[in-house]
Amino acid sequence: MIKSETLKNRIGFIILLFAAIITLFPFFWMLSTALKSSGELFSKVPILFPSNPQWSNFADIFKLAPFERYFLNSGIVATSSVLLTVFINLLAGYTFAKYQFKGRKVMFMIVLSTLMIPMQIIMVPNFIILSKLGWLNSYAGLIIPRAAEAFGLFLSKQFMDEIPVELIEAARIDGEGEFKIFIKIILPNCKPLIAILSIFTFMWRWNDFLWPLIITSSKDMYTVQLGLASFVGQFYVEWNSLMAISLLAVIPVLIVFLIFQKLIVQGIATSGIKG
Amino acid sequence: MQLLSKKKNTRFNRNKLLPYLFIAPNMILFLTFMIIPIIFTFCMSFTKWSLIGTPEFNGIENYIKLLSDEQFLTSMLNTLYYTIATVPTTLGLGLIGAMLLNRKMPLRGALRGVFYIPTVVSLVATGLIWQWILSTDYGVLNYFISLVGIGPQQWLSSNALSMPSVIMATIWVRVGYCMVIYLGGLQGISPDYYEAAEIDGAGDLKKFRYITWPLLKSTTVFLTVISIIYGFMGFDLFFTMTGGGPGFSSTVMVHYIYKQAFNVGEMGYASAGGVVLFMLILLLTMLQMKGDKKK
Repeated sequence: MIKSETLKNRIGFIILLFAAIITLFPFFWMLSTALKSSGELFSKVPILFPSNPQWSNFADIFKLAPFERYFLNSGIVATSSVLLTVFINLLAGYTFAKYQFKGRKVMFMIVLSTLMIPMQIIMVPNFIILSKLGWLNSYAGLIIPRAAEAFGLFLSKQFMDEIPVELIEAARIDGEGEFKIFIKIILPNCKPLIAILSIFTFMWRWNDFLWPLIITSSKDMYTVQLGLASFVGQFYVEWNSLMAISLLAVIPVLIVFLIFQKLIVQGIATSGIKG
Repeated sequence: MQLLSKKKNTRFNRNKLLPYLFIAPNMILFLTFMIIPIIFTFCMSFTKWSLIGTPEFNGIENYIKLLSDEQFLTSMLNTLYYTIATVPTTLGLGLIGAMLLNRKMPLRGALRGVFYIPTVVSLVATGLIWQWILSTDYGVLNYFISLVGIGPQQWLSSNALSMPSVIMATIWVRVGYCMVIYLGGLQGISPDYYEAAEIDGAGDLKKFRYITWPLLKSTTVFLTVISIIYGFMGFDLFFTMTGGGPGFSSTVMVHYIYKQAFNVGEMGYASAGGVVLFMLILLLTMLQMKGDKKK
């Protein structure tokens, strides 16, 4: 009995190992291609390991397009989105969890009911609203409209529900103002929530494609993803350059993932955050 | 418990506006970029509007036009095809992977992490990688299949293979997500059930059928709904891998709506497409939830 169990475990391990190789192959191929010389790209038998890695390919891509600008834009958008999203969703989540006010339940229900409505469905009116606001081609347009996340609010309220009221009461007796209580008492107690919301917001905003595609037309405001997509179907760009850019574009998210792997996977498994 | 009792609340209820002030930033953004757009979509779908001039009310004309618009109908069929092909495969592979990962083995955490990586990578980059892997002349996949005697395939530039190609890339992206969710579900099943079943002499298949599968039901429902929505919202991979082509062979609904709105400039018509898309998702998720309750 025990023997057959260990055998099954071993077979399972081998299957998973094989699946892991398939999963990782595209990344390996991306790196391998990015380091190839132009001649090696068109070899009849694909070359797995370039004989003379062309690290200069990575420098050359900045000559193709102002990628330093695109990276700057993506960096600004992703980090300000994190700050704004975390702040307003935690504040609102805290209020919904710990204050009584008229319309509390109704408003929360309305927000919840839109949880399943994807942005794709409302892209047309949002484009029009942003053009009326004069926010097309601006950081404001890239950052602000996406900051109020139904999911972030839901997660925040859930988390804040668990914070004991006594903590708040004690601070009130000490004469602390309500906003100060939020900043000084509540926020330090929400580290896991802040971490998970920050990580996911960063990844979502960094990877976002449709939203920036709709609201930016000027190349100055392009994000990395738009810069990447603008090469689709451009025949003058070779695949080694294209893979080098793609690799640079995924590295920030990969780093975040590798650092916070445990937290991310647990967050997904327990709350089912949309991937 | 989370609500303050009325008595405790009196002191600071004097400042009745405060809670509204605290939720204001969130609610204003939510109203402007979610609630109003939803209403706006419905209203616009009954108008003819090409951004220049004022919208003209034209009743249900957009919807009638959609029904006879062959390209729209094709995009609907493609969306269905995409969803039907990706949902069972990603869930099935995810479940198998999760059950294997749930066994004792070395490198478990690392393997779990590896399978999840494709989920966090941008779909634009993913689309580009797969475009290169699937390239007809120098693509590595055509090389691999040539080793087993299959000739080169036009993965992305033939009508028959453009959809399967994007489906293949999607499965690569999504299996890890399903696996992690299923693994969470599996770890919630008490080992006692399996021990009891073993005493009764139940084999692996029976254990799966009578313990694992029924106890994972809510996980499966959740994943099905999420994955159906994901399928209907597909856009990025199509945009980067095939551009919706060749012809309209891989144009999906979001892509078609996008083209109508931002290439053709028919805002009213595109909104009607958006409403149809919304109704389809609503219908499918409701059917799924209802069908599940009956069982």
